[in-house]
Order: sequence, then C-alpha cells, then structure tokens
Amino acid sequence: MKCEQCENEATVHELIVSGGVPVERHLCEACAHSLGIVSTGPTPVTEFLVKIAQAGAAQTAARQSAATDACPGCGTTFAEFKQTGRLGCAECYRAFEQQLTPILDRAHQGATHHVGKVPARMLRGEGDADDLRARAAAIAAAEARAEEIRRLRDDLERAVKNEAYERAAEVRDRLRRLQTGASNPEGGAE
Amino acid sequence: MFESGTEWLRAEGSATDVVLSSRVRLARNLAGLPFVSKAGRGDLRLVLEAARPAIERAALDKSEVWIDLHDASEIERALLLERHLISNQLAKGKPAPKSGATEWPRAVCFGLPGERASVMINEEDHIRLQCIRSGMALREAWRDADAIDDRLESHIDLAFSPRLGYLTACPTNVGTGVRFSVMLHLPGLRMSGEIERVRRAASDMSLAVRGFYGEGSEASGDFYQLSNQTTLGKSELLLLEELDGRIIPEVIEYERQARQSLLSKRRWQVEDTVHRAFGVLQHARLLRTEEAMKLLSVVRLGICLELLGHAALGDVQTLMLLIQPAHLQRTCGREMGQDERRRARADVVRERFAEH
Repeated sequence: MKCEQCENEATVHELIVSGGVPVERHLCEACAHSLGIVSTGPTPVTEFLVKIAQAGAAQTAARQSAATDACPGCGTTFAEFKQTGRLGCAECYRAFEQQLTPILDRAHQGATHHVGKVPARMLRGEGDADDLRARAAAIAAAEARAEEIRRLRDDLERAVKNEAYERAAEVRDRLRRLQTGASNPEGGAE
Repeated sequence: MFESGTEWLRAEGSATDVVLSSRVRLARNLAGLPFVSKAGRGDLRLVLEAARPAIERAALDKSEVWIDLHDASEIERALLLERHLISNQLAKGKPAPKSGATEWPRAVCFGLPGERASVMINEEDHIRLQCIRSGMALREAWRDADAIDDRLESHIDLAFSPRLGYLTACPTNVGTGVRFSVMLHLPGLRMSGEIERVRRAASDMSLAVRGFYGEGSEASGDFYQLSNQTTLGKSELLLLEELDGRIIPEVIEYERQARQSLLSKRRWQVEDTVHRAFGVLQHARLLRTEEAMKLLSVVRLGICLELLGHAALGDVQTLMLLIQPAHLQRTCGREMGQDERRRARADVVRERFAEH
C-alpha cells in the first residue's frame, strides 16, 4: 500500500473513529512523523490497528477503485486531480463526471449546465441540433430566472429598509432557492 | 516594445476616483489536445503552432507583439509580469506541467498600442485571453474580448461541451470560462475600518477579492481586485449585469461615502496624512516598493478628494508601475540589488514630483 501523502510504502496505519465514522490513514514513516503521528515500530497495538484497517479495506475498495480509475483520454486519476486541482484533458469531465458533480456544485452555486456563449462553429451545424434547441430553452429559462432574481433583490432591499424582517427572511429564502436550484433547467442535454 | 503606456494606468474613463481598470479574462483550450498540466513538450509546441496564426489573424489591435517566454530573459518576464501581461506562473515557469522542465513552451501575445488585449498561451489553460480598459468599463472590455474570441474560434476548434460549456483545466472555470474583474482603490473603506465588511459581503455573493498582482497576492496600497467566481450556469451577460449593473456601483458608492465621511469628520487628519505622504515621496532618499505603494495610494486619495490640486492621477498611476523592481532596472538601464533599487526608486519618485 502506498502512503497517502507521497509515493513511499505506507508503514504507519491509523484508524480513528470520529463521530461514529471510522477514518483510516495509511502513511509512510516520514509523513507520519511530519503529521505528528509518531511511530515507534510495530507494537501489538499497531498490529491490531492494521488488522482492523485491513478488514475495512474490502469495504473501501469499491470507493477507492473509483479514485484509481484513470481517464481514458490522458491517464489522469481522480486522486491526481485531487492533489493538483487540474484535470488532464477534456475527456476527464466525462471520466470523472460523478466525482466532479459535488465539486462543480460547490464552485458554481449548484449550477449544472452551461448558459452563455457557444462557439460559432458549433452553431453553424457541427453541434447537434437537439442540443442547441435544449440550450436555447436553457438560456431563456436562465434569463427569466435572472429577471426574477433581480425583482426579489429589489423586494429584499425594500423589506430591509422598511424593517419588515419577516418578509425579508421569506424573500431571502426564495432568493436562495432560486439561486441554487433553478440553474438546473429541465431538458438540458449532455 | 514598452514605450507606449499601458491601458490600466491611463486614469481615464468613468469612476476613475475608485476604479483603476476593468478586465475580462477568457479561458479556452484547443480541442483534441491534453490540457497543459498533462501535455508533453510536443503537445505544448503544437498548441503554440496552432494558436499563433489564429491569434495573429484574430488581430488583437493595430499590431501585435509575440514573445516566446521559454526563450525570454528573466528581466523581460519580470517586466511583463509587472505590466499585468502575464501571470506569476508563466513568468517563473513554476509549477511546471508534466513535461517536467521549467522552460516549457509558452508565450504571450499582446496588442499595441496600449496593451489592451493580450493572450497567454500554455498557462493553466492553452489560451487565456484578457482585455483591459481604464476605469469602470467592464462592458467595453467584454465587447473587446467577445469579438477577439469570435475571431479566434473561427480559426481553431475549442474544447466545448453542450452541457458544461468551455472545458477548462480547473473545474472552477468551466462553463463560460469568463472572469470579470475590476481593480478598485478602497482607502476610504480601509481607513474607516469597513474593508472586512466588504470582503465578507463579496464572499457571500461568491465574488473573489484579490490583491494588486492577482491570485495569491496581498492587497498593496489599498488596491483590490474584485471578480466573479461562478462560471457555470450564469451567462456572461447575466454576470455582467450583476457586477456592472449592481455590485460594483454599490462598492464605488460605499467607498465615496466613506471618503466623504472621513473628510467631514476628520478633515485635518486626512489632510495631514495626505500631505505627509506627498512630502515623503517628494523628499525620501530610500524607498521600498511596499512603502512607496502605500504612500502613492494615500496621495491618490488626496488627489481624488481635491486636497492635492497640483499632482495628477496619471503621474501617480504611472509611478505605481515605474517603481516596480524590473521597471526600475529598465529605467536605469542596469541590474541593481535591493539597496540600490531603494535609492533609484526614491530618485524616480522625487523627479516625477519635483516640479510641484
């Protein structure tokens, strides 16, 4: 097993139960030391921990295989992406679609579909016509949403100015829902 | 090559009391080639070869300058960095992509005169187009960038997905690949202790606040870059509407109010601070970059509040560039150590303000 932090063989295995969830760590001597997890060689306790860790390994294997699968386009693994923050090629977006979803969600306030400029070459017919129709609908929906957001913001401002805090809270919640949820237009095509 | 002034220092256009410049950046990648971090030297060369004729045909301005950064001298790169034409990564050659060597094939191309439009090639993405305008002019900057981008993509195929938009190396840029940013001068909000509130409000609206030299840089002399972080699910025009139509005008208004309230409540203190700063700049014999930036920032505030009738905004902004280490060495025509630069910096500043 490789160390989580570098390419060396992991020799320090730690299992912490945090909030009822077991968390495993596999590190080499040097990394464990630098993280303040000092090992004094195998003791009955660490052997015991290794056994527990190995028992848990079967369960995590499925999860880990997702992390070690490489992008067919460029060979980047998801673990690599997590380390560098950079994808290797356009194909990575498809290869890691599932793992990227929560990341895109966080980075873009819940949005899942592109709205905006399309390269002219695609519009001229290299792209799929259905795609474009779906996208046109998505753009229209997004513009309508933008209008609604503007209106609610004005409402919110007015409510705050008039110290109508209940109303303000209500508007704020609607705004929030609109900003995170509605950016997922139905019929958006892959 | 750098004889003409740079657009972001012109001090012309709207709201120049608070806004130095408006900038639009577009991230693009060529279809069919690995992104920069996974590309080999051969791939990166291919990107340069494909991008160069396309950029030249797209015409950034009246004329263009192309610089191969892997062959450029250290001082040339530093000059480009100080002029905001290239990023730190492109200048230093770190962190290097997979191909290993720090001198991976990479380039910058910018339009003359004015350096309004520039393209970095093989930075984080294959193509990073940036258009800049003096003052509050995000819409104009967007129009420039959009038009150049149209011309560019009529010559090359870009990595694009109907669902996710323009595909970028970092998923935080995917979608429009656009970053709108304005360089703001906010001494009033800093002096009245409200800058943290602005930071918090900005992050609530998922905007990023950065320093004078972009990502990872500290706010230098009360200059802050405010920019969007969301690139997916919002069209370029919607983002523009939010920033240009609402958020930035609000920040400008806050800053103006803060300045006026400082002036009405603590006029003598403000005047004293401004004139002291000007006095130091007029008479100092040694100046560090950071100190000079702080003083110039205060003098800039003084000019905007009409407390310093005899100094010009343009002079202050030109100095903000001329006091940077590489520009200083270019002005003096030789390489200089830190101590010598402090002396030369004070000389340059003194000269500029001498006749006042």
